[in-house]
Amino acid sequence: MNIPPSISTLLIGIVLTLVSIWYGQNHHLLPSQASEEALLIDNLFNAMMTIGTGLFLLVIGVILFSAIRFRQKAGDRTDGPPVHGNIPLEILWTAIPSVIVLGISIYSFEIYNQIGGLNPMDHHAMAHASEVRSVPGSALAATLEAPPRENLNQQIQEEAIRDPATAAVRNETIPQLKDAPERGVTSGRIGPTPDKVGKLPEYAINVTGLQYAWIFTYPDTGVVSGELHVPVGREIRLDITANDVLHAFWVPEFRLKQDAIPGRQSELRFTPSKPGTYPVICAELCGAYHGAMKTTVIAETPEDFNTWLKSQQVANQEENLKTIALQPTEPSTEDFLAPYVAQMGIPAEAIQQISDPHQSYPMSGHMASLHSAS
Amino acid sequence: MTQAQLQTEANFEAHGDRPKVTHWREYFGFSTDHKVIGIQYLVTTFIFYLVGGALATAVRTELATPEVDFVSREVYNQLFTVHATVMIFLWIVPAGTGGFGNYLIPLMIGARDMAFPRLNAIAFWMIPPGGILLLSSFLVGAPAAGWTSYPPLSIITDKAGEMIWILSVLILGTSSILGGVNFLVTMWKMRTPGMGLNQMPLFCWAMLATSALILISTPVLAGALILLAFDIVAGTAFFNPTGGGDPIVYQHMFWFYSHPAVYIMILPIFGMISEIISTHSRKPIFGYKAIAYSSIAISFLGLIVWAHHMFTSGTPPWLRMFFMFTTMVIAVPTGIKVFSWLATMWGGKIRLNSAMLFAMGFVSMFVIGGNSGVMVAAVPFDIHVHDTYFIVAHLHYVLFGGSVFGLYSGFYHWFPKMTGRMMNETWGIVHFIMNLVGFNLAFMPMHKLGLMGMNRRIAEYDPKYATLNLICSIGAYILAFSTIPFIVNAAWSWLAGPKAGDNPWQSLTLEWMTTSPPPVENFETDPVLAIGPYDYGTIDDYDSFYRSLISGNGNGAVTADVPFSDPGDPTTSAGPDSTLRAKPDPSVAVHPGDRQDDQGNGSA
Amino acid sequence: MQSAIDPAKADLNHHHDATIATHDVVHHDYRIQGVIVFLLAESMIFLGLFTAYLTFRAVAPSWPPVGTPKLELLLPGINTAILISSSLVIHKAGAAIRNNNVSGLRLWFGITALMGAIFLGGQLYEYAHLEFGLTTNLFASTFYVLTGFHGLHVCFGLLLILAVMARSLKPGRYTSDSHFGVEAAELYWHFVDVVWIVLFLLLYIL
Ligand code: HEA
Ligand code: HEA
Ligand code: CUA
Ligand SMILES: [Cu+2]
Repeated sequence: MNIPPSISTLLIGIVLTLVSIWYGQNHHLLPSQASEEALLIDNLFNAMMTIGTGLFLLVIGVILFSAIRFRQKAGDRTDGPPVHGNIPLEILWTAIPSVIVLGISIYSFEIYNQIGGLNPMDHHAMAHASEVRSVPGSALAATLEAPPRENLNQQIQEEAIRDPATAAVRNETIPQLKDAPERGVTSGRIGPTPDKVGKLPEYAINVTGLQYAWIFTYPDTGVVSGELHVPVGREIRLDITANDVLHAFWVPEFRLKQDAIPGRQSELRFTPSKPGTYPVICAELCGAYHGAMKTTVIAETPEDFNTWLKSQQVANQEENLKTIALQPTEPSTEDFLAPYVAQMGIPAEAIQQISDPHQSYPMSGHMASLHSAS
Repeated sequence: MTQAQLQTEANFEAHGDRPKVTHWREYFGFSTDHKVIGIQYLVTTFIFYLVGGALATAVRTELATPEVDFVSREVYNQLFTVHATVMIFLWIVPAGTGGFGNYLIPLMIGARDMAFPRLNAIAFWMIPPGGILLLSSFLVGAPAAGWTSYPPLSIITDKAGEMIWILSVLILGTSSILGGVNFLVTMWKMRTPGMGLNQMPLFCWAMLATSALILISTPVLAGALILLAFDIVAGTAFFNPTGGGDPIVYQHMFWFYSHPAVYIMILPIFGMISEIISTHSRKPIFGYKAIAYSSIAISFLGLIVWAHHMFTSGTPPWLRMFFMFTTMVIAVPTGIKVFSWLATMWGGKIRLNSAMLFAMGFVSMFVIGGNSGVMVAAVPFDIHVHDTYFIVAHLHYVLFGGSVFGLYSGFYHWFPKMTGRMMNETWGIVHFIMNLVGFNLAFMPMHKLGLMGMNRRIAEYDPKYATLNLICSIGAYILAFSTIPFIVNAAWSWLAGPKAGDNPWQSLTLEWMTTSPPPVENFETDPVLAIGPYDYGTIDDYDSFYRSLISGNGNGAVTADVPFSDPGDPTTSAGPDSTLRAKPDPSVAVHPGDRQDDQGNGSA
Repeated sequence: MQSAIDPAKADLNHHHDATIATHDVVHHDYRIQGVIVFLLAESMIFLGLFTAYLTFRAVAPSWPPVGTPKLELLLPGINTAILISSSLVIHKAGAAIRNNNVSGLRLWFGITALMGAIFLGGQLYEYAHLEFGLTTNLFASTFYVLTGFHGLHVCFGLLLILAVMARSLKPGRYTSDSHFGVEAAELYWHFVDVVWIVLFLLLYIL
């Protein structure tokens, strides 16, 4: 059969496109989507996967074809044709990738905006909009005597610590870095999604990372928990920081991650969309037990959530009374955490690291049974 | 006569007669001969590769099962930290720049040695102590904070190991800077008369871009490490939040070096691949100038993308968008290279030998790694996969599928020049296949692991990832075994392989215009480019072909089917008249067309 | 740096001049280009440290942190004047050797060295009388590390100058057309000087 080259090129192009599009939708590489943000991010990934598959097939196809079709025949000692280049062709393969990456950038930008990454104002920043003035560079102009500027980072820390539950777990003595114009400048965040700007976030939870546990405190109720419970369908705001070294809060099913940085308050907002139990993973190397620093997030219906909250309040009160009775002075972190250890799936030895970093680490074995997360 | 014969004939005078016989003891001494130093680099760094690989094998053994059973958690962290440090600072960086750079640059530009031979030897002799120092840290508790050494963790754990890490990276960085100074001055000042910038082999262009990156970025890493060292030993608080310091500043300084470092590790390889693909496809490199300038573009862009490693660590939103965009733009110059390589192969007469197979493997694997790179450059997606096995997959696809495949390709290609002997092809092909299979088994599943939720730098993981991890580990073992055919082949061939002759590949660049191995000081007189460095191509009557180009009547039209090609116009001509071509030295060119047509294209 | 590349040429040179008559195999001396490139790299360390300093300053709640004693300006001011003028002095040394005036070279180098030594002495005096130590706070740490790192460079420059002076005692070591050591020392000194100016503006004035 003799097909003209232009036709066969066209056919190959169509097949390649179809295969890429199919694979871009059917790769089954991602876990289930449990937040509204996850859907958006997956669409972006699928689009990039389509392009990536196409490019890979194109390149590998040309290589394999050349290896077979243009292989030097045995005994042939001559060279190929003296083709040195061609500017229109160069322009073409400069322009096409440029257009593609521009497209991906704009699409990513759009998604990033939709998940709230670009949102310049949240309720904190709005309240202080008038003070928005300084950018890092302008420090050059400031004199040594200038009064300390607005420090939102500090304010958020103070606000969080006003709640006794958070105060008990957070390391208050770490100085808070100064924040520049908006809160996102020295601390990372995914802010409110554009459709929710200005509304108070539905639910605020303080998150503190420490070697090797996550502690969640619910400011409205004083509940302290080693597991994160969130109501489905409501926007959640997490105020994240760390007590010792860097950690990162990650829920793969939500597709969201944010580093927890000592000295900075980071914010992460999302709307859980599917009830279920998902792992919360620490994604930043934080020491020997980094791999064991896991807990779970339980997304549940508002009713279930309220029931849980109530039960916790009661339990907490009892615990607190007990602790206070035992130790009228300030309880050490260790003592304070003791009741939650079991929930967090962390052996007591690991928790002791918090107060005594020099103590030798317990060896293997122990943790093998600790894949409680999911 | 073929083009290669013409080039050789023109360099008859320059051809050295007495191949250099290097006494084995010279390889262990303070030699100032760039060829000896180059080989010293290559052998030393390859040994470190085996060490780094042994550490990786231990990592994979631990990860073969979900439990912590092979080493303790502390030791696991030390293993991957030292694995990455060895692979980067003691293998890819010194092998690509120090090894191939040293061996090839003076030969390729027709110089007798590097500009500063003693400095060159000093730079090399910093590598073994630096490496041994790093490995000795296992005696006191190796660094365990990752190769990125992020504070505050790096300040509070394993202080002794961390200090050793800092010291050895400072030593290796200094060595790298001294090398960069040497390369830059050598290429700037010592090209053979008649070799303009636009006639340099593409490997030299790549090394130019690499040296610039080394000189601009490595010192900043030194600055960061000095501050980190103060935090560890003197109790300052530059990066320690407890004392008011800022750990993020370290991340910026670290990545200001370490992102350019990934291009330091890939640009020399790009250069080598351009040489190899063109030679073994028996066809001129397609778009010489486009490839040359894209190296410079990558080098420049590489300096302004570093914060893409910090998308989740509190980089302000607008900056994230800026870094996302600049990062993605790098796909464009890199794409120019990739497509130009494909176009070079297209229509050529490809010799599928080990060097070419590894070069083709390089392009295929690097495209996967490059694509995953562009994916993680997209902020919303990176927020999901940052610090997961998806990143581990990306980095091994570009570093192993890219740099290591490329280095192997270079070994097979220049081995005859370095030793005067040929390597065994059959074992080369076995090596290639084991590498390709083992590599994809080891690292392809990591993409899925990362996307599903497996974070990196962990000694234990959820049992649901057990199967994929086992596959990875099996792949890693195949990779480990794949080094055996290579080592045996190289050692045996070096001692007893068949004689190679001066130019076994009929290549046109100047390193092939002298004996194998080249004599002391390389050339007897200044070599000349009578034929451009990539002027492969067969035409029955070459001279009338060239003349027809000048008269513009196009009867020498190129036989291959190149779209948009018009032989009469240099900008759209695909043939030797193309503006994109690297021309020979107009004063000695063998083809009359090149002699007359030298306005504006001569030496720079 | 200098000694490392210095004798490199010697053995290569005669080796070839002897054997080859046909073609010019002159080994040119590119050491000064090497020094220039090296100094460009060196300046990147300082640039990195300066940028880090500015960032610390920008994100610290107040700068310098509350309770940091004010820096005295008089002594560092004098020191700065001395270092800047030493750059002019060393320039005269370069001019002298270009006129084949070796004793002039020695004289001006001597004066430069003296000024450098005074600068270092002043620096040490300042350290001794400061009310804060290395670990007092972030400002103090950056102050000591930046000035100390620069001080090390001054020391090294001083040693270079002294080495060149010692070598110049050998007759014919430096002539109007062969004086790499002089040039390198001069360039290095100018570099150290420029870095100080930036440093001074950042730490004391800003
Ligand atoms: C040789 C080393 C090397 C190379 C060349 C690259 C190349 C690239 N890298 Fe990679 N990278 C690493 C080594 C390297 N990287 C390492 C070691 C890490 C991890 C560090 C750590 O945390 O430990 C890392 C991490 C890393 C991250 C951080 C991820 C994270 O931690 O969250 C990002 C994000 O943007 C990134 C992006 C890129 C991009 C866009 C390229 C581009 O240069 C790729 C360009 C190439 C192509 C795109 C393919 C060819 C082009 C075409 C066929 C044209 C058409 C293509 C398109 C239109 C898309 N890399
Ligand atoms: C050039 C760079 C390079 C290269 C070539 C490799 C090669 C390999 N790497 Fe590595 N790797 C990195 C750079 C590299 N890596 C980096 C930068 C990181 C990030 C570290 C961090 O998070 O800080 C990393 C992290 C990393 C991880 C993740 C660890 C974690 O996050 O927990 C893993 C896991 O599988 C891994 C595996 C491997 C394997 C199996 C190979 C194989 O290709 C190796 C094959 C093995 C050999 C070729 C050796 C064979 C020889 C022997 C076994 C015999 C030994 C004999 C003697 C010593 C005499 N690497
Ligand atoms: Cu906490 Cu990793
Ligand atoms: Cu990067």
